[in-house]
Amino acid sequence: SVQAHKEEDNPQKTMEVNGLTPVPGSYDYDLIVIGGGSGGLAAAKEAAKYEKKVMVLDFVKPTPQGSSWGLGGTCVNVGCIPKKLMHQAALLGQALEDSRKFGWQFTEEVKHNWMTMTESVQNYIGSLNWGYRVALRDTKVTYENAYGEFVGPHTIKATNKKGIEKLYTAERFIIATGERPRYLGIPGDKEYCISSDDLFSLPYCPGKTLVVGASYVALECAGFLAGLGLDVTVMVRSILLRGFDQDMANRIGEYMKEHGVNFIRQFVPIKVERIEEGTPGVLKVTAKSTAGDQIIEGEYNTVLLAIGRDPCTRKIGLDKIGVNINEKTGKIPVSDEEQTNVPYIYAIGDILQDKLELTPVAIQAGRLLVRRLYAGATTKCDYVNVPTTVFTPLEYGACGYSEETAVEKFGQENIEVYHSHFWPLEWTVPARDNNKCYAKIICNIQDNERVIGFHVLGPNAGEITQGFAAAMKCGLTKEQLDCTIGIHPVCAEV
Amino acid sequence: GKNEYDLLVVGGGSGGLACAKEAAQFGRKVAVVDYVEPSPQGTSWGLGGTCVNVGCIPKKLMHQAALLGSALKDAQHYGWSISQPVHHTWSVMAQGVQNYVKSLNWGHRVQLQEKKVKYFNIRGSFSDPHTVRGVTKAGKETVVTADNIVIATGGRPKYPAHVAGALEHGITSDDLFWLKESPGKTLTPFVFNVSLECAGFLTGIGLDTTVMMRSVPLRGFDQASHISKKNHICFTTQQQMASLVTEHMESYGTKFLKRCFPTKVEKLKSNRLQVTWKNADLDREETDSFDTVMWAVGRAPDTKTLNLEAIGVKTNSETGKIIVDASEATSVPHIYAVGDITEGRPELTPTAIAAGKLLAQRLFGQSSELMDYDNVPTTVFTPLEYGCVGLSEEAAVQRHGSDNIEVYHAYYKPLEFTVAERDATQCYMKMVCLRGREQRILGLHFIGPNAGEVIQGFALGIKCGATYPQMMKTVGIHPTCAEEVTKLHITKRSGLDATVTGC
Repeated sequence: SVQAHKEEDNPQKTMEVNGLTPVPGSYDYDLIVIGGGSGGLAAAKEAAKYEKKVMVLDFVKPTPQGSSWGLGGTCVNVGCIPKKLMHQAALLGQALEDSRKFGWQFTEEVKHNWMTMTESVQNYIGSLNWGYRVALRDTKVTYENAYGEFVGPHTIKATNKKGIEKLYTAERFIIATGERPRYLGIPGDKEYCISSDDLFSLPYCPGKTLVVGASYVALECAGFLAGLGLDVTVMVRSILLRGFDQDMANRIGEYMKEHGVNFIRQFVPIKVERIEEGTPGVLKVTAKSTAGDQIIEGEYNTVLLAIGRDPCTRKIGLDKIGVNINEKTGKIPVSDEEQTNVPYIYAIGDILQDKLELTPVAIQAGRLLVRRLYAGATTKCDYVNVPTTVFTPLEYGACGYSEETAVEKFGQENIEVYHSHFWPLEWTVPARDNNKCYAKIICNIQDNERVIGFHVLGPNAGEITQGFAAAMKCGLTKEQLDCTIGIHPVCAEV
Repeated sequence: GKNEYDLLVVGGGSGGLACAKEAAQFGRKVAVVDYVEPSPQGTSWGLGGTCVNVGCIPKKLMHQAALLGSALKDAQHYGWSISQPVHHTWSVMAQGVQNYVKSLNWGHRVQLQEKKVKYFNIRGSFSDPHTVRGVTKAGKETVVTADNIVIATGGRPKYPAHVAGALEHGITSDDLFWLKESPGKTLTPFVFNVSLECAGFLTGIGLDTTVMMRSVPLRGFDQASHISKKNHICFTTQQQMASLVTEHMESYGTKFLKRCFPTKVEKLKSNRLQVTWKNADLDREETDSFDTVMWAVGRAPDTKTLNLEAIGVKTNSETGKIIVDASEATSVPHIYAVGDITEGRPELTPTAIAAGKLLAQRLFGQSSELMDYDNVPTTVFTPLEYGCVGLSEEAAVQRHGSDNIEVYHAYYKPLEFTVAERDATQCYMKMVCLRGREQRILGLHFIGPNAGEVIQGFALGIKCGATYPQMMKTVGIHPTCAEEVTKLHITKRSGLDATVTGC
């Protein structure tokens, strides 16, 4: 057995860990949150409000390329935040071109410096990491930069960078460990390829890039890399943006193609080799067709894998305490109150089965869960009509049903789809595409033509979609939509 | 009957054209007369009305030009290297804008043709309740008779009374958008949203711009307590949203002459303009020279040449606008009016269009639906945009009493401002709600980039009777500015710091 000493209230208390372990009578903490990302931090800060003794464990296992980051999770470090900033950098490149038509004059040659951008982005992220540490300190939440795993009932082992182990006990736990990018499992993938975990802090310009995958991560990254002037190719196994409205997905792909992104469809890489060293070097990618025997080869400076993300649930000792996970996906099934099959263990965020992988959802779920646990609240997280936006070069905002799922659920004859192309006023003078921006709403005829799906493709899609999502929450119908006056001239009035 | 047309629309602007085209859908015989009396400076334009030619459209495009100027500065923080100096050429922008506007004029003419609406470019006036007479540019007299008539002649900018030289030497928004050469160093007295928007984009494209304010910046918009980050609460009347907008403009480079009003404008030998004004605070006269003086002192309804008194159409004695009832009917049974010309209605393109369409549907389509003027969203396109829908804080307090309303507010920072190192001090939003069980949302106000895009969807929500709890149940889209609306939770009443921290 191992004896562990804790520094806080009970310095003399020891505990047996191996074998039949009696559950300790009083715990070190009321709540231990494993994972300091969007969901975990929101839950921890909320619990501290109710004067609970809370600990957050957060640890980032470096990527195969060696990238790592601070407190805050995926969103802050290698997700939403750097993604949107680099997307903005690409949009500004387009703005530079437009501005000439609006009378601005400067030299023809405009260049982008990857390092300048990345440094600025990383500085901002650093300030967020710092902000989180301060916030936790101010709310008296204990934070440890250590890898947490369950070793017995109510007991967790925390291992820090130096390998020092400590044991902690808590009355309740929230697992919010999130996900990490998946690798292909082919020769050369871990050695030579990067993922989104590496991209946003890459200390050199990626150059000519192959993006493998058709997820929103793949398309968003390919989109902004192309916008910054890089030669980008996207290799897609089958369809784009699986799970999203396919009509909208195809429009996004078309737009990207017309704006300089190359697509290789129905191929998967089978081998990656390095033919030249350097930062970046030159990689040779061999790919096989999914529709036949054809083999192709290509040379790129960087290969970015964006084929999906896997939950960090396999190595945190869940088997030791009997928490069920979906063996195939690694996701954790929970009740509608985010409770696992072990009553004192909860889970939130990206690791949940059948729930949306979004920061605001994780935050909402975390906060409401804690209010139910400690403040006597009963409100559950509402996962219906959660809006989302894909920040591809032509942005896509959506809320509710895709056209396919609406047809599937209600039947073609019971839904009505209203749609329209539109030309943003700001695109007229610089003569940008006049039939690419598009909006559609899907209505349930039998339910008073209630709006059950909203889709918009155009600039500032996120800003536009947010209010519509609120309206859908209020049961928006087509009639109400029709009698709402538009703001002129904006895209949203369409 | 004996009249030639089922419907005659006088005025080919937003409201008029929408009404005419809708009526034509029902297979009716429709005619439109449109005429632009040149401005005192001689500016004129084609079919489409104020919005298309000298309003929303060119204004937003020039606003965009100014925003792109900011984007150029931001871009450098994001890694783009652009050689300095960067400068702006008015004529390139003006040509781009004017060409687009002309394409819209053309588009409208084509649409009227396609829908078989007859178009007369004449200055019409009533000779009897069913007859409008006018003379074409070629000098030919034209008479048009109709069973039903819709007056949609809109408004034109006013000139200030009692300022010598105002008419001869100043221009208005009617002229600004059609200038072939840069307006240069510009003074714009007084302050309505038009002059703030114009001053905003003029500053943005690099021109030396001064706004002269007699008193309140955005009269009619939200004027609740001035809330700096240090003092909160208090429901006394001063401007809040309006002052945030002007504060931003000041930090952006627009000059403001507060509590001043001009007394005369004289032309100098150099062709520049010498403006003299009274500074009410210092109680003295001041003077300076400018290249352009652009008046933005309000708009007057365009009814002078219509001959309304002769046919009995009643107008408001103070404003001159046509008095209409809830069905847009005037005091003469078969004569209606829509748009900026009507008394008590918002002066907005979308309301004119909606009212025009609904009117046509009631006249010819067996509909009885009236126009709903409640909860009309709107946006002021100043450098930092201000979008709003529903009640201002004052109106809510007045209607329900300050004890019955709760105001949630927040100062936020758009993500894109971080790397660009832009000042977000004035980025602000507030939601005015009823207290009590339901907590219905009465009004939403937002200052920040893309305010119009943000507000539009929420306007829908308010139309559906959205409540504060429903807003809180709506999950945010991350990262956007709009998501902060769904996270509003600090009340003015609490006095707590309303700055959004981290995500």
